[in-house]
Amino acid sequence: MKAPAKPLLDAAAVSRERPHLVRYAMLQVREKDVAEDLVQETLLAALNSIGSFAGNSSPRTWLIGILRHKISDHFRKAGREVAIDAADGEGGAEEIEAYFRADGHYVEMPKDWGDPEKILSEKRFFEALERCVRGLPEATAQAFLMRDLMGCETVEICKELSISSTNCWVLLHRARMRLRACLEKDWYGGERTDHQGMIP
Amino acid sequence: MLSCHEASRLISEGLDRKLRPGERVVLRFHVIICDACNRVEKQLKLLRRAMSEFTDRHNPPGPRSY
Repeated sequence: MKAPAKPLLDAAAVSRERPHLVRYAMLQVREKDVAEDLVQETLLAALNSIGSFAGNSSPRTWLIGILRHKISDHFRKAGREVAIDAADGEGGAEEIEAYFRADGHYVEMPKDWGDPEKILSEKRFFEALERCVRGLPEATAQAFLMRDLMGCETVEICKELSISSTNCWVLLHRARMRLRACLEKDWYGGERTDHQGMIP
Repeated sequence: MLSCHEASRLISEGLDRKLRPGERVVLRFHVIICDACNRVEKQLKLLRRAMSEFTDRHNPPGPRSY
């Protein structure tokens, strides 16, 4: 008789993902307490079904899968509709069209944002980024956060969101173009006089 | 000649998959001569960096609520 196979995932590995998951949840639900509760529920659910982790995806992607459902439940209870099946990926192309003229040029010339190091030290930039991410449609936000925040591979994101890789690239393209336009308006076009510390 | 719209798609996809040599060549050529796409490319790369630095910068370690 064979000894039981070593589980592919252990409790320590699951709890190591906690801060990453909180970060992911925080950018979708506004309140930190809610994000932490949802992650707590996710970790409990994961520990209870740790044997069902088949290793087809990374532990992180598996956990995000559970967390996504917790977040949707939360939104549903709060009366907010969510397109969990990424159905809103269909309108992506049209929306991106709005940034371009018929000849393929930008309607509005993108601005030169300047030195990346300086931008990345600006609190105001991150605050604007957070607002902009929260303004993304649900499936677009999920794809984007899984990719650029959590570093998941595109194939895993497609599988998780049940979409084709082409649709996944469309969602990511749309997310990034929306975010750059939003940042240009909210952060670049906003108060640029660097009154740091004036933000309440 | 690649349009800015197409270029923006390749810039974004280049962050998610390895572009084919042909795609890389047309994109590089376009970005060299086009200020708009040059800026957008820098912005999308910055966006990725910003996301990876999100918590560290945005929520500096401090007293924890748990």
